[in-house]
Amino acid sequence: MTAKESTLQREKYDVLIIGAGGAGLRAAVEAREAGLSVAIICKSLFGKAHTVMAEGGAAASMGNVNDKDNWMVHFRDTMRGGKFLNHYRMAELHAKEAPDRIWELEMWGALFDRTQAGKISQRNFGGHEYPRLAHVGDRTGLEIIRTMQQKIVQLQQKDGREFGDMEAKIKVFAECTITEILKENGKIAGAYGYWRESGEEVLFEAPAVVIATGGVGKTFKITSNSWEGTGDGHALALKAGANLVDMEFLQFHPTGMVWPPSVRGILVTESVRGEGGILTNSLGERFMFKYIPDVFKDKYADNEEEADRWYLDQDNNRRPPELLPRDEVARAINSEVKAGRGTEHGGVFLDVSKRIPAEVIKKRLPSMWHQFYELAGVDITKEAMEVGPTCHYVMGGVEVEPDTAAAIGVPGLFAAGEVAGGMHGSNRLGGNSLTDLLVFGRRAGEGAVNYVKSAGANPVSDASIKAAADRIEAPFSRAGGENSYALHAELQEVTHNLVGIIRTRTEIEEAVIKIADIRARSKNVAVSGGRLFNPGFHLAFDLDNMLLVAESTAKSALLREESRGGHTRDDFPGMNMKWRQMNNIASFDGNQVNIKAQPLPVLPKELFDLFDVHELEKYMTPEEIAKGGSN
Amino acid sequence: MARKLNLRIWRGDATDGGLKDVQVDVNEGEVVLDVIHRVQATQMGDLAVRWNCKAGKCGSCSMEINGKPRLACMTQVASFDENETITVTPLRAFPVIKDLVTDVSFNYKKAMEIPAYEPPKDLAPGEARMQQVDVERSQEFRKCIECFLCQDTCHVIRDHEENKPSFAGPRFFIRIAELDMHPLDMLKNRKRTAQEEHGLGMCNITKCCTEVCPEHIKITDNAIIPMKERVVDIKYDPARMFAGLLKREKRN
Amino acid sequence: MSGVFSPTRAKIKERTLRTDKWWLEPAITFGVLFSFVIYATFRAFEGANYYKDHLISPFYSPCLSEACVPEATIFGFTPVSAEIFNFALSPALIILIFPLGFRMTCYYYRKAYYRSFWLSPPACAVAEPHTKYTGETRAPLILQNAHRWFFYAGLVFNVFLTYDAIISFKSVEGEWGHMSVGSLVLVVSSTLLWFYSLSCHTCRHTVGGRLKHFSKHPIRYKVWTWVSALNHKHQQFAWYSLAGVAFADIYVRQVATGAWTNFYFF
Repeated sequence: MTAKESTLQREKYDVLIIGAGGAGLRAAVEAREAGLSVAIICKSLFGKAHTVMAEGGAAASMGNVNDKDNWMVHFRDTMRGGKFLNHYRMAELHAKEAPDRIWELEMWGALFDRTQAGKISQRNFGGHEYPRLAHVGDRTGLEIIRTMQQKIVQLQQKDGREFGDMEAKIKVFAECTITEILKENGKIAGAYGYWRESGEEVLFEAPAVVIATGGVGKTFKITSNSWEGTGDGHALALKAGANLVDMEFLQFHPTGMVWPPSVRGILVTESVRGEGGILTNSLGERFMFKYIPDVFKDKYADNEEEADRWYLDQDNNRRPPELLPRDEVARAINSEVKAGRGTEHGGVFLDVSKRIPAEVIKKRLPSMWHQFYELAGVDITKEAMEVGPTCHYVMGGVEVEPDTAAAIGVPGLFAAGEVAGGMHGSNRLGGNSLTDLLVFGRRAGEGAVNYVKSAGANPVSDASIKAAADRIEAPFSRAGGENSYALHAELQEVTHNLVGIIRTRTEIEEAVIKIADIRARSKNVAVSGGRLFNPGFHLAFDLDNMLLVAESTAKSALLREESRGGHTRDDFPGMNMKWRQMNNIASFDGNQVNIKAQPLPVLPKELFDLFDVHELEKYMTPEEIAKGGSN
Repeated sequence: MARKLNLRIWRGDATDGGLKDVQVDVNEGEVVLDVIHRVQATQMGDLAVRWNCKAGKCGSCSMEINGKPRLACMTQVASFDENETITVTPLRAFPVIKDLVTDVSFNYKKAMEIPAYEPPKDLAPGEARMQQVDVERSQEFRKCIECFLCQDTCHVIRDHEENKPSFAGPRFFIRIAELDMHPLDMLKNRKRTAQEEHGLGMCNITKCCTEVCPEHIKITDNAIIPMKERVVDIKYDPARMFAGLLKREKRN
Repeated sequence: MSGVFSPTRAKIKERTLRTDKWWLEPAITFGVLFSFVIYATFRAFEGANYYKDHLISPFYSPCLSEACVPEATIFGFTPVSAEIFNFALSPALIILIFPLGFRMTCYYYRKAYYRSFWLSPPACAVAEPHTKYTGETRAPLILQNAHRWFFYAGLVFNVFLTYDAIISFKSVEGEWGHMSVGSLVLVVSSTLLWFYSLSCHTCRHTVGGRLKHFSKHPIRYKVWTWVSALNHKHQQFAWYSLAGVAFADIYVRQVATGAWTNFYFF
């Protein structure tokens, strides 16, 4: 045994959770309440996860504002939003369980905004037929993270009374990066990583690992994601032998800030449009009326008068086209800017100032008001905002069993939240991600609990430890190699220009070549300075993850010859019903990412019957319709 | 229009360190965090700084800029004079780890010491009914992004290391206030423990916590002072204590 | 070495790196409060020049000592002996503890004098000079918790001072229905005192702040929202009312000594 191995910090738990956002924490709560010991790992400080950025709300068909709402309506909206590429079972579980998950948060101390009757208030949001989003002003994500963080503390206090040590059974390991998921005998055995603060290494031994690492935004140049969104979980899962499904689907949030440059990408919540904000181009034209796709014609107003009436009477008017699903709005803005009708900074105008009194804006959209006032010096109660598309969310992710969130192909590995794929199909509805975190975070926790109970411990071998340790040491032993910051910037240029919001064959092919080149050079990244909190060193590992994600995205995008949701091909502009029946599955052979198309599970009859057949005809082939679902 | 900015950055670790002068490009509309990132990417690859959202929502990039506790992502370079040197240091109330990064684990320990929310025993999920006016006070405190600038500026611990064990700090006084004002919280002794265990009485309401709060939470006026008054109700007001006994009010 | 110079903290030798004029506010506060204290002390011991033609100085009202000018008393109510322990007390000294106590224990003034007199801390993120600090946990500062009693007393005083302001609407001969500059001064000064008292944190707590459920007490909630609105301006009212009282006293003194003539509008 070498000196290093003898001093290596070893931690042993039943369940290891990578990621302390909404999904990870919900999984942790579930596993601890079932009696298991749980380690929670977060890359930054506890409570800083990207979940805090979610503003609009959490979609759950509680029916508090409109009692016509129920899980079936929510399910339909989700499938429609995802252009019927969703894994039906995930969408079904999500729609059915979301209300319970929200009510549960309330039992843990969350304080949502209230209706007159004292119930949880719900607001309108793009793609949702009824007011459905439980919210707290425009800081719903923060409320959810904080509630869960405090729930963990409550469990720790309980353990403290029982075991005399609050951290006896559930412990948060903050500022820790996992570089490798370890397997022995084909099953999960633990994970290896380093402390960001000290650079020291750490081994976690656990028979079950839940990946809840969130998104991949930092792969792109303009993104609403923080530095953490580097696709760690996607890459870890790929390397551990799991698959990624439909990585070509990325959601570009239509309204990111475009000016000034230092805040480029930062999100302007959809609630701004939900509360009555309108989009105009540089000619002053309210352009969204031109971009209502045929499939949405009967749900969205085609004239300003009706759109304006909807804010007062939602039962008898169609909704304004500003509230179309995000992909539609993002493409519309992109088209306007390309046609030369954008603002001088390459965006369009989003205006609430002319329609809503200043006090109401400050009350209903307080953090938006602050964000613009303090970060950009713009007073949104007086002037219009400049907005444009920003990379916001990845629909693709780890291929999982819907009921248990178990990663397919890797016993003991689970994935929940943004890192998991399938739930949102080709496009996610706003508000569905917060409840996705809760519903599947809980299921992943439960899945891990059941797995651990049946599978025993699975010790990590010294060989695995050495291999993982060598990999961490490598960048320090190289001299004069590549600079990780420069390579990251180069990658972002490639993804932004070649696999961004509008794609075409030749460009994607170019991207695949360039990404492979950057990956080859990244093997030679050198790091200056020591191990103590060294961001250059941290980025070297994050970069490796982003490269795998970018490769999966580019290759999946090349294969899918249609435009659907978060994937738009200039050379294949329409939806293709054949492609609707296919998922693109990415796997890693140790060298490169390979993609294969795999048939999507067929909608069962009872779910098929929830839809109007004429609506399904827009998405499905006559044969599929004739079969009327499975069974 | 890029121009040159003179920046002084504290570099070092727990053993030693000092202010280092650098010159760096700055563009219109940039915040201090942008400039620090540029230094990191071009001149000091291993410069340690915490940050996450860069939008004032996560509270990670807390540091001291020209001696004031602030979020680097919310501090516009344009708010300083063109030829002014901007000095950035780590938070000075907490142990330094490296460069601009400090060990803020004190705050997480304190968080674990505040008794959790206790819902009514017989309440089923979904049956909670609360009025908006009853949740608004607590909602203000739940805006907290845990940047810990209030903890950093509070002289009770900033200037007196020895007070740390007995003082929870402004961030956790608003947590206690939030729970004490929560319409459904059932735990009865929050006021008493606030005073006797969490050090509410140490606060001399000099309001620096409120001054530095990036979320503009009225920490002193809306949480600490109301809690001090509630403590008076049960500990220092003979008339109310007597009336409370007569009414057999629970001593909370 | 403690505080920001503790061994674990970042090694920075400056007590503060603030570049703004952080010392200005505490310096002004110190100057103004100190001047007020000097003036008030002088006036409290003067024991004269506090009444003239239905104008009474707020420093001397209610005038409860047998030593009071009879017209300045409330219907001749003088329960306090002119001499206590064989020591001739000015009538002001008997009552001064109440308004003084109200201001000394006021949540705003506490901030002001802890910063400017005690330098604890002199300004935010400026290291304080003290090596030990226990806050308001022990005597004497634990007495700050008596603020509400001074608040109640302050309300009673406000009633007296408002009564004084009303009385000032008399002519020199004692006829109602006249108004002088002096009446205006007293009206403004007593009104500001009401605003100062009603905007106080204890008042906010008493009217509704202590409730857990506003929705069950709609009227108290309404009043709480009004007091809360005033409370935002408590600092301003603290200074305005201090200035108002000081000026009212100066005015009465000047009129009483004959330096100024109290001009009657009608």
